Amino acid sequence: MDEEKIIVCRCEDITLKEIRDLIHEGYTTVEEIKRVSRAGMGPCQGKTCGPIIAREISKITGKPIEEVYKPSNRPPFGGLFFKEIVGESNEE
Amino acid sequence: MKNKASIVVIGGGITGVSIAYNLAKAGVKDIVLLERKYLAYGATGRCGAGVRQQWGTKQNCILARESVKIFENIKDELNIDIDIEFKQKGYLLLAFTEKEWNQFQKNVQLQNSLGINSKLLTPDEAKNIVPFLNTDNLLGAAYYEKDGHANPFLTTIAYAKAAENLGVEINKGVEVLDILVKNGRIKGVYTNHGFIETEKVVNAAGGWSQNIGKMVGIDLPVYSERHEILATEPVNEILGPMVMSFSYNIYCQQTPHGSFIMGYGPKERTTSLRSSWQFLESMAQKVTRLLPPTKNLRVVRQWAGYYNMSPDHQPIVSKCEEIEGFYLAIGFSGHGFMLAPAVGILMKDIILEKKLSWDVVLDIGRFKRNEIIKEPSVV
Ligand SMILES: Cc1cc2nc3c(=O)[nH]c(=O)nc-3n(C[C@H](O)[C@H](O)[C@H](O)COP(=O)(O)OP(=O)(O)OC[C@H]3O[C@@H](n4cnc5c(N)ncnc54)[C@H](O)[C@@H]3O)c2cc1C
Repeated sequence: MDEEKIIVCRCEDITLKEIRDLIHEGYTTVEEIKRVSRAGMGPCQGKTCGPIIAREISKITGKPIEEVYKPSNRPPFGGLFFKEIVGESNEE
Repeated sequence: MKNKASIVVIGGGITGVSIAYNLAKAGVKDIVLLERKYLAYGATGRCGAGVRQQWGTKQNCILARESVKIFENIKDELNIDIDIEFKQKGYLLLAFTEKEWNQFQKNVQLQNSLGINSKLLTPDEAKNIVPFLNTDNLLGAAYYEKDGHANPFLTTIAYAKAAENLGVEINKGVEVLDILVKNGRIKGVYTNHGFIETEKVVNAAGGWSQNIGKMVGIDLPVYSERHEILATEPVNEILGPMVMSFSYNIYCQQTPHGSFIMGYGPKERTTSLRSSWQFLESMAQKVTRLLPPTKNLRVVRQWAGYYNMSPDHQPIVSKCEEIEGFYLAIGFSGHGFMLAPAVGILMKDIILEKKLSWDVVLDIGRFKRNEIIKEPSVV
C-alpha cells in the first residue's frame, strides 16, 4: 500500500508518510509529533492515531512500545458543545 | 553531548531557543541548549500564542513591537522555510468599566507615542469588526490591526532549527539536576547525562525557573500560576481578531486552522498541570455570553500550563548580580511567547556586554531600586 495514501490521523488528515518523515527528522515521541503535525489534536484526541504513531516510533527507533505510548487523555472526552454546558437559557 | 560549552541555555521553550539563536547569530560558538522533555513541552506548547502590542507600559510595548517586526519577516530572519502561521487580524480589547476605559485611553496614548497605531472604538465600531459581539454594557474598545497570533510549536522549531544551523547543540531529554558554583562563579551543570563544564548558564526554564535559581542558592522573585485553556473543533473563519476583556477575564480567538482557542486566569498557585471541569463550565458561560454563536462550537480539548509571574508582570531579562555567569530570562507573566524574539536579542546584548538594543529596564535590580511600574493590562 502507498504510505502517502494511508491516513493515520483521521481528524486532522495526516498520512503515514508524514508521520514516518517526522520520526526520521528526530521527533520520536507521540507528544512531539502531535505538536508539530496536529496529529491527535482533533475530536478523537488521538485515540485512533496515538497507538499507530507509537508503533511507528517503536519500529523506527527500536524503543519499546511501553516507553513510547503513555497517552494523557484530556477532558472533555469525545467533544462537548458549549450549548450542552450552558443550556439554552444563556441564548440571546 | 558536548562536555564543555561556552554557554549552557536551560529550557527548550520559545525563550531558550530565541536566546540560543541570537547568541549564535552574534558569533558565539559552542552553545549547548538543554531541554528536560522535548521542545515546547512547557508553557510555550500550551499557550494561546497571541501576539499583541497594546500594552500599558513602555517596555512591554517596545518588546512586543520589535518582536512583531521579527514575526513579520521570520523566514528572512531565520533563513528557514517554516511557515509559523503568523496571522495579523488584530486584537479587540473590551472596556466594561470606567476604570478600564480610562486605562485604555492612557494606554492608546502611550502606544501611539511608540509607533503602535492602536485606536479607541465605540461599541458600534467594535461591532463592525466582530458583528456578533454582545455589546451590552460595553463602554468602548481598543483595537490594533497589526496584533495577531502565531503557531507556537512551529515558531519554536523554526528558531531551534535556525540555531542548529548556526552550530548550537540542542539536547532533548536532558535534565539539569544541579549547577556547580565556586567562589560565586558558575563552573558547570550536572545533568542526567553527565557534567558539562561551562562558565555561563542562562535560566530560561519558564515555570520551573525557581528550581534552577535554587540550584545556585538564589530565591528568584517569581512564582508559577496554573492557567487553563481550551480548543474547539475547527469551523470556517468567523472571527478575525483576538477578543479580550480584562473584567470578564477572558481571551478568545480563532486560529488559521479554524479552531477557537480561549482561556482565562484563575490565578491559582497549584503545581498541578491538569485541567478542571470548573474551568470548562465557567468558560462556557463567559464565551457564549460575549460571543453568542460560540454556543454551537464543540470543545475538543482543554489543558493547563504555567504562567511564570514576576512582581511587576514584566519579564526579568538580566544577569544575576550575586553569581557571576548566571543569567535570567524569566517571569514572563503570561506574555512570553510574543516577546521572545526581542528577548533573545536583549539577552545576547547582556551576555556579550553590549549596549541594549532598546531603552528598556528589565534587570532584576529594579525591584530593589523600587523602580517598578506594574503592567496594568494582563489577563
Ligand atoms: C494557558 C496559557 C496561555 C498563554 N497565552 C499566551 C499568549 O496568548 N501570548 C503570549 O505571548 N504568551 C502566552 N502565554 C505565556 C507563554 O506561554 C510563556 O510566557 C512562554 O511560553 C514562556 O516560554 P519559556 O521558553 O520562557 O518557558 P517554557 O515554554 O515553559 O519553557 C521552559 C522549558 O524549560 C524546561 N525545563 C525546566 N526545568 C528544566 C531542567 N531542570 N532541565 C532542563 N530543562 C528544563 C521545561 O521542560 C520547558 O520546556 C500563555 C501561557 C499559558 C500557560
